[in-house]
Amino acid sequence: MTSVRKAKHGWALTLFFAVLSVIYVMPIIIVFINSFKKKIFISNRPFALPDAKSFVGLENYINGIEKIGFLQAFGYTLFITVCSVAVIILCTSMCAWYITRVKTKITATMYYLFAFSMIVPFQMVMFTLSKIADMLHLGNPIGIVIVYLGFGAGLAVFMFCGFVKSIPLEIEESAMIDGCTPVQTYFSIVFPVMKPTAISVAILEAMWVWNDYLLPYLVLDIKKYKTIPIAIQYLKGGYGSIDMGAMMAMIVLAIIPIIIFYTACQKYIIEGVVAGAVKG
Amino acid sequence: MEKAIKKYFPIFALPTFVAFTIGFIIPFILGVYLSFCEFTTVTDAKFVGFKNYIRIWGDATFVHALWYTALFTVVSVITINALAFTVAMLLTKGIKGTNIFRTVFFMPNLIGGIILGYIWQLIFNGFLLQFDRTLTFNSAYGFWGLIILMNWQQIGYMMIIYIAGIQNIPGELIEAAKIDGANNRQLLRHVTLPMVMPSITICTFLTLTNSFKLYDQNLALTAGEPSNKSEMLALNIYNTFYTRNGWEGVGQAKAVIFFLLVALIAIVQLKLTTKKEVQA
Repeated sequence: MTSVRKAKHGWALTLFFAVLSVIYVMPIIIVFINSFKKKIFISNRPFALPDAKSFVGLENYINGIEKIGFLQAFGYTLFITVCSVAVIILCTSMCAWYITRVKTKITATMYYLFAFSMIVPFQMVMFTLSKIADMLHLGNPIGIVIVYLGFGAGLAVFMFCGFVKSIPLEIEESAMIDGCTPVQTYFSIVFPVMKPTAISVAILEAMWVWNDYLLPYLVLDIKKYKTIPIAIQYLKGGYGSIDMGAMMAMIVLAIIPIIIFYTACQKYIIEGVVAGAVKG
Repeated sequence: MEKAIKKYFPIFALPTFVAFTIGFIIPFILGVYLSFCEFTTVTDAKFVGFKNYIRIWGDATFVHALWYTALFTVVSVITINALAFTVAMLLTKGIKGTNIFRTVFFMPNLIGGIILGYIWQLIFNGFLLQFDRTLTFNSAYGFWGLIILMNWQQIGYMMIIYIAGIQNIPGELIEAAKIDGANNRQLLRHVTLPMVMPSITICTFLTLTNSFKLYDQNLALTAGEPSNKSEMLALNIYNTFYTRNGWEGVGQAKAVIFFLLVALIAIVQLKLTTKKEVQA
């Protein structure tokens, strides 16, 4: 009796969540539909399906790609994200291993500084950071990687330190007795063990860098280099005048790579979020 | 072993530390210093003591933004956590389609704040069109719009963390409580809630700081319209710096206050909720 009731209950819940899921993705579907409509129909009748009068095919896409240089923006965003994440993983994991294994006043201070930096909001340093980046000529896609390594180091070092503490010393010691240098020990033994944490850090940092708006806006020379969020914000132009057609099309183009990435690495993303939350 | 590693500081720790110095330490210290100065750029700073801090309180937009942000943070933390926890409870009952629902609810989290803002701007303006209004008609519209947007974005993320917490509760504990005659409400109150307290700590921490520091979504959705009435603290600081001449020092002083508030909230919240955590 109870099992029958439970199943019935479960069926109703499934139905409820199915409806809720459809409502949940609705905003994205509406944007998608509107990306094929003429500007004026987007602001006047946003919830109507395109008809013979309002349908414009791919005009918004072509128009938008040209207007904001979407393809370049996509290239720069991809380049900056991949490089920043790779550099962050490599440098901060090495740093975390060093400051956990070598116990001095300096490494202890470094650890606390990294932890402290996690609660400092970007607005606190935005003005000075952009001026310093400017002085050091870091306002290009390669220079900004250093800025991301510096500002993103806190969380990454903190997460890696948490993991290094749980690795038994004996394995590393025996490798060193067998004649490995610290560098060899690190790359042949420590780094492979840290892979799960490295994936979590990579996902959290990639989500941040890919979507970041204000830091690249202030640091990059935006006449030359726009990332996707900057390019989309750029569509807004002067006071309140937005080209809604191009906007819809560009939002769709910006979301597609995210959805592909998400469906491909869903398992890692969700595990990464959980691991990051537990340690952060 | 420690000695052998120690001299490898330049390889392991130096790259991260140099970037961290450029990207965080120097901007932070310089930022604190500049908050006591009058300046237009880093090199022409003149020390003026607490003048900037006094000028802040004569700026009505800041006081308004402070209350607006505080109210927004309270409402969004409560709604996001209540909804995320409820969804997590329902999605751990083993109903059909659980994985798909989880995937759908998490997805908006990967979309950047600027893009989210414009997606919802379309939806809200389309809806308000029926009443001949727009999102920037009244700051209350912007407020609730932003609450809905943040819920849409963050429920999935927090849900994942709550699900991990709920699944960590040992099955025997629930069985034992049931044998002792606990009903569903007692089970929730005396077993589930105390056991997921670590997840609650993390989720309230993340939602608190995310909401309080919100910038991108605020900029894209309303940009503070009408007349700075829907402007949150982060946006207010940005506008003080970059749209008002002669207010750079005040902007930096606001940023210091902003940082102190974020730090204070983070510390108090962590103290309060970790005290309630229990061991199984």
